[in-house]
Amino acid sequence: MDNLKTRLFKEKVAKGFMQLSGMLVTGSLFFIIGTILYKGLPYLSWEMITQLPKGGFYMGKEGGILNAILGSLYLAGVATVLATIIGVPIALFLNIYIKTSSKLAQYSKLMFDILYGIPSIVYGAVGFTIMVYFGIRASLLGGIITITLLTIPIVVRTVDELIRTVPNDLKHVTLSLGATNWEVAKVFILHIKPGIFTAILLAFGRAIGDVAGVLLTTGFSDNLPRYIDEPAATLPLAIFFQLSSPIPEVQGRAYASALILTFIILIIVICTHILSSKQNKHKL
Amino acid sequence: MHAHPIIETEQTQVVSPAIQPHIQIQDLNIHIDGHHILKNINLSLPNNSITSIIGPSGCGKTTLLKTLNRLIDDTKGVQVSGSVFVNGEDIYAPNAEVTHIRKKMGLLSQKPFPLPMSIYDNIAYGPRIHGTRNKKELNAIVETQLKNVGLWEEVKDRLDQSATRLSIGQQQRLCLARGLAVKPEIILGDESTSALDPISTQTIENLLVELKKDYTIVLVTHILRQARRVSDYIIFVYGGEILEFGKTEEVLLNPKHEITRQYVKGFIS
Repeated sequence: MDNLKTRLFKEKVAKGFMQLSGMLVTGSLFFIIGTILYKGLPYLSWEMITQLPKGGFYMGKEGGILNAILGSLYLAGVATVLATIIGVPIALFLNIYIKTSSKLAQYSKLMFDILYGIPSIVYGAVGFTIMVYFGIRASLLGGIITITLLTIPIVVRTVDELIRTVPNDLKHVTLSLGATNWEVAKVFILHIKPGIFTAILLAFGRAIGDVAGVLLTTGFSDNLPRYIDEPAATLPLAIFFQLSSPIPEVQGRAYASALILTFIILIIVICTHILSSKQNKHKL
Repeated sequence: MHAHPIIETEQTQVVSPAIQPHIQIQDLNIHIDGHHILKNINLSLPNNSITSIIGPSGCGKTTLLKTLNRLIDDTKGVQVSGSVFVNGEDIYAPNAEVTHIRKKMGLLSQKPFPLPMSIYDNIAYGPRIHGTRNKKELNAIVETQLKNVGLWEEVKDRLDQSATRLSIGQQQRLCLARGLAVKPEIILGDESTSALDPISTQTIENLLVELKKDYTIVLVTHILRQARRVSDYIIFVYGGEILEFGKTEEVLLNPKHEITRQYVKGFIS
């Protein structure tokens, strides 16, 4: 009986801890959203999302941040597409074409784990070196190269985890129909398609929110990003500059920018959920 | 594997039934991570009949089955020596084309694994990858194969539904039909009914018995009664060696080896 009492006590403690953690996280999420709503909403206006900054990003109390919105969308969008195009085949190769137990597969996965954990300022520094070597100035292109490098490991690791959930027998039955490895890979993609959207979402979230990687490579501009070899503004950097301004109105505009960034991510999350739930019908 | 007692076989070459061989295994040895898993296998499998591979857990039955369609290649640390001839062609020859070999052998796995697509596409998948694009032709194949496994009436109105929605028994029949759609010559079954209820098991067994007039069928099973019900021949594998190979009644009722006798009686499992 005593034993049962101890066990039930442990059960209560564990459950309590889980609930507390959950509440802490939910609470801080609401706190973050509350703060940006409270501080940013008064400054949010139609001009914010339709106009270019007036009076400079640091001092400008008027105009908008259309340059940063478009810059961020271009940068994160292109980088995510590139990272998916490069990352998904890597994950497929490591799991289907070579034995998952092979040294090559294991060392590669270790390498991607390390790359996953490297801070983005290091990617920025590497991107900067590449740009200097090729004579590219701080530009949208430089940012795209850097952010693509930053997000490839995210795509590889996430898709790799997804593929590991596919039963090996699915590979065997497909092979035994006389399929080639590429045909097996296509069946795997069908199987993990809902999850691939999540991988893309994660990559996009990291890409659009990164500051350190773009600081050295993309530069900043008050103009619309029209050419790939010109500097471009990004939302996180815009927020950074606005926040460091001494003028309270400009600081307030930083929160409005943060609100816009959060809203973009919210839209992407909702779209991903809709897309992946539509793809879920063949789940084993 | 090494815990098994060493068996001295009097006959080194197992005498195969006097029927023209479809699959012929010569001096096959398999090592996995240095362990000798299959030892000196020499075997001729008879055409158009069902051969069951039986034996205790971990004796190498599934490994033996996997060597027939070279899925063994996917195993970590595997070394294969010897030859497996299918219609006289050595599938372990350096220039053997694995994809072509596997097409010849339909696999019915332990649990049904429908492809993540519709019922129709599951059946059409094989023919499509092998070049059949004509819609009419594909329709005909789908209908024929689903009828073959007795699934047509149950699913004909919902061919575009996901195959994963079917019951486990229906899924397994679908997988059989999917395998048959690529026109194999051999059907390999790896404990194909172990996840099924008794009625679905019976359906699959009856299907296999029916199919043997057109196919050579090799089944791995740990259910002796099943081996008795469906198979014409039985291979008894023990400790990586073939201890006995012969007609079902002979092996089950009159085993030559003490170990087979004990296994059949249920002393070893």
